Amino acid sequence: MTELRYLAPATLDEAVKAFASAGSAGRILAGGTDLLVQMRSGAVKPGVIVDIKKITEMTAIEPTADGGFRIGAAVPGAVLAEHPHFGKAWPGLLEAINLIGSTQVQGRASAGGNLCNGSPAGDSVPALVAAGAIATLQGPNGRREMKVEDVPAGPGRTNLLPGEILVSFTLPPRPKGSSDAYLRMIPRTEMDIAVVGVGVNLTLKDGVCTAARVGLGAVAPTVLLVEAAAKALIGSKLDDAALKAAASACSAACRPIDDKRGTIVYRTRVAGVLLKRTALIAARRAAGN
Amino acid sequence: MNVVTNNKWIGERTIRPDGADKVTGRAAFAADTNMPGMIWGKVLRSPHPHARIKSIDTSKAEALPGVKAVVSARDVVDFPVDKSVMLGIQDMRWMCRNVMAREKALFPGHPIAAVAATTEAIAAKACELIEVEYEVLPWVIEIDDAIAPDAPILHDFMKFEGKPSNIGGRLEVKKGDVAEGFAQAEVIVERSFTTRPVHQGYIEPHACLVSVGADNKTTIWSSSQGQFMVRAMTAYLTGIPQSDIRAIPAEIGGGFGGKTIVYLEPLATLLAKKSGRPVKMVMTREEVMRATGPTSGSKSTVKIGAKKDGTIVAAQGTFYLQAGALPGSPNRGAVGCSFSPYDIPHVLAVGFDVLSNRSKVAAYRAPGAPIGAYAVECVLDELAEALKMDPLDLRLKNAARQGTKAAFGPVFPRIGYVETLQAAKSHPHYSAPLGKLQGRGVASGFWFNAGGESSAQVNITEDGNVVVTTGHPDVGGSRAAIANICAELLGIDYKRVSVLIGDTATIGFSNLTGGSRVLFASAIVVTQSTDKIIATLKERAAKIWDIDPEAVKWENGAAHPASPNAGQFEPLTLAELAAKAPSMGGPIGAGVQLNTEGAEGGFGTHICDVEVDPELGIVRVIRYTAVQDVGRAIHPGYVEGQIQGGVAQGIGWALNEEYIYNKSGKVDNPGFLDYRMPVCSDLPMLDTVMVEVPNPKHPQGVKGVGEVPLVPVMAAVANAIHNALGKRFYSLPMSPPVVLEVIEGPETRQAAE
Repeated sequence: MTELRYLAPATLDEAVKAFASAGSAGRILAGGTDLLVQMRSGAVKPGVIVDIKKITEMTAIEPTADGGFRIGAAVPGAVLAEHPHFGKAWPGLLEAINLIGSTQVQGRASAGGNLCNGSPAGDSVPALVAAGAIATLQGPNGRREMKVEDVPAGPGRTNLLPGEILVSFTLPPRPKGSSDAYLRMIPRTEMDIAVVGVGVNLTLKDGVCTAARVGLGAVAPTVLLVEAAAKALIGSKLDDAALKAAASACSAACRPIDDKRGTIVYRTRVAGVLLKRTALIAARRAAGN
Repeated sequence: MNVVTNNKWIGERTIRPDGADKVTGRAAFAADTNMPGMIWGKVLRSPHPHARIKSIDTSKAEALPGVKAVVSARDVVDFPVDKSVMLGIQDMRWMCRNVMAREKALFPGHPIAAVAATTEAIAAKACELIEVEYEVLPWVIEIDDAIAPDAPILHDFMKFEGKPSNIGGRLEVKKGDVAEGFAQAEVIVERSFTTRPVHQGYIEPHACLVSVGADNKTTIWSSSQGQFMVRAMTAYLTGIPQSDIRAIPAEIGGGFGGKTIVYLEPLATLLAKKSGRPVKMVMTREEVMRATGPTSGSKSTVKIGAKKDGTIVAAQGTFYLQAGALPGSPNRGAVGCSFSPYDIPHVLAVGFDVLSNRSKVAAYRAPGAPIGAYAVECVLDELAEALKMDPLDLRLKNAARQGTKAAFGPVFPRIGYVETLQAAKSHPHYSAPLGKLQGRGVASGFWFNAGGESSAQVNITEDGNVVVTTGHPDVGGSRAAIANICAELLGIDYKRVSVLIGDTATIGFSNLTGGSRVLFASAIVVTQSTDKIIATLKERAAKIWDIDPEAVKWENGAAHPASPNAGQFEPLTLAELAAKAPSMGGPIGAGVQLNTEGAEGGFGTHICDVEVDPELGIVRVIRYTAVQDVGRAIHPGYVEGQIQGGVAQGIGWALNEEYIYNKSGKVDNPGFLDYRMPVCSDLPMLDTVMVEVPNPKHPQGVKGVGEVPLVPVMAAVANAIHNALGKRFYSLPMSPPVVLEVIEGPETRQAAE
């Protein structure tokens, strides 16, 4: 049968070189919680696996000079949850990352892998989009940055160039009165895939929303940044009218399909409901910051 | 009846004999078995829902290095369609066509050929190299489509009312005259319901290892609910005599009825015979979901008529149950059980077996009964509402009791249904306050239970302990319960009793584990065997003391003089008598084989509370109490486990489980991610109340307990949702999109827009 090579380089340069030279046979291994399942089911048959967990930069959680965070693409959810400050600044993003898989899976699964898997239903992605996270990529032609919302290209596809590896996420500094939240709808209580996921990140000043970003998952071929929903929230005190307008904007942004996980009608409706609930949780948290 | 009170072991929650092995990983399941020289078998499965097989060319597969054998339908013994050959509830005409497609492929996943090769990967590759020429035929999945006048017909030989049809059979249960009954009714409720096929969801996929010697002597290690069923079916389908097959039951990782038939064993046997190598086969979860089980989807109409005082005068049910692609739906459970909790003078229940291009159904916990009870118990809830009666009072008023003649035939002896209703009504749960968007529902259920053939051998070891061998795979605690019974009868510590499951060569014929029959039946043969041993022990003590055996009693694990008149002797313990055995007549042991009778039906009444999220359509069960007449709980922990397990499966059936088909007639969710069985966090603690009305026809009062608990659940959940929302649901599952659609309704949606 076909040969499979496993590489675990210690530096990013080696990883990029190995990955680029493997071409379409290459696969990046972070936690492996998607890749190994896909390999076992026969959905993918890689010739070269490049394990990035030995690369320091990709497993580090660091403060940035301006007071934000840089999170290595291969940092597992469980490690992020144990960080002393991250969850305080980004509770919504953390809860989204911690929803990927079961407790056992959390020991391996990373936000980087979740984004690169390209699923429109990935739990961390709407929260990353809402957070305004910037992805750092490195490829044969060097390093570049990309907004997270620009990374997915469609189900199972990304806009990364051949040979490019997602290195880390950069999160901006938190102004006073800021917080975020993430909610998803699943028919069960865990061990399920989001039928709709909503991330809301906002800043309040004297009870008025001064900044907001809304990420919406599982309702279109890619996770969406819903600017119309954010606009409806900004300038309001998150009163019923503002929430209703933002919910309508979310429902209007939906371009879902009918599939085994949900119907068009249901997803469209639920996107609005979740927006309201998520925004209120984010606001309650922000009021305490 | 000699139900003993003040028991030491019966009714104790003894440590399960298989517990340590299971938690440490030492327990050997079928997939854990290996042999030197072993090779791997894989099945090529049909990609089409319905296709004539024009030709199969296996030459390229056979030429692939590493491939040791290829088999197809021509290697499987044919059972012509015009002559029925029954084995238990299965007809070999359909079994031979289910294990390997013969004339036609009848569902996606239907086996077309099987390959054995030195590795799994080579076997899989060889399957790809098999060239099958199909003539793709129109197909049909749903009941309404299958019984439509212009439906594609699966089997030309199948006729209903003289015409080619997908209806494989009709079953009727009748009592009185329903027309007369409904004429007397003052209130009539008639409703129609649908349910979706649901899988048994056992965690362990089907697996086996088969070795066939040069002399055809065959050994099968497999995961099943009956090693004798495996032996017989394999013999039928391969032509090897039963005496040449030794079927060894592995530890089983769940069955729930789904392992009462074979899929892999005959194919592995044929491959092993052809290759001369031991062959191992293990299904993937996807294969399990596409080609095994499930239970039927259904469509039913139930009509119940009552007097204004709540007396039910007539009941009628029509049930269409999916059989899958070959005949054999569990109609008997639907028509026989649905109305049985009630004393109704006029009953007519009719069931139809409907074929379509789905995998053949297999038994699932009280087969057919939950489908019927769902419709009947929902209609009763509406009837109670129409009569302004408490739903438990309506049931109490009409409850079957001792002397009630059930529509399916028997006159009930002393039964415990009324006691379950009374226990439910007086349970604090029934009167507990409910919060906003919460609701409470009740429902009852019945299952026949079963007796049948069982064998046991009880042997006393040289050191005075006990080994019991029975012939039933243990899926619900039978080993622990038998140890309790045997220890009780012998008056010794239960740890001195080891209970083993024999293989087909080491224990007498025992029918499969199913129908809630195992503890009922095996307790009888173990009790009779143990009684024989006690008689022997008393005889030997009598000989030593030189007194009459009648003057010896057995108590607390030792022989004693029955009274002071018999003489003054120190007791002789089991260990002492065992030590003396060589000089006192030889080994001590006894076996009994019986076709057991006297299994009595079981009843349950459930209370369910739900909370609904009306914006998302999510229903959560927040409290659940299952009351059941369990006869006698020999091992209460296992009985509670059986009840909780049944309820958990019912909640899944009610709320989320369903096969989702894509436009090309294939299951689109063949895995546990999208086939949504409940996970732990979906359920509250499932409370159980065991009502003990002992079975008068059983030495320990045992009634089957494993199947009743699934029967009432779907209706209890549906009735609770109605109580929370004021809206009725007539189809399962009541999944979030469905619930939201009903909540918003046409009017609500318009108002919102």
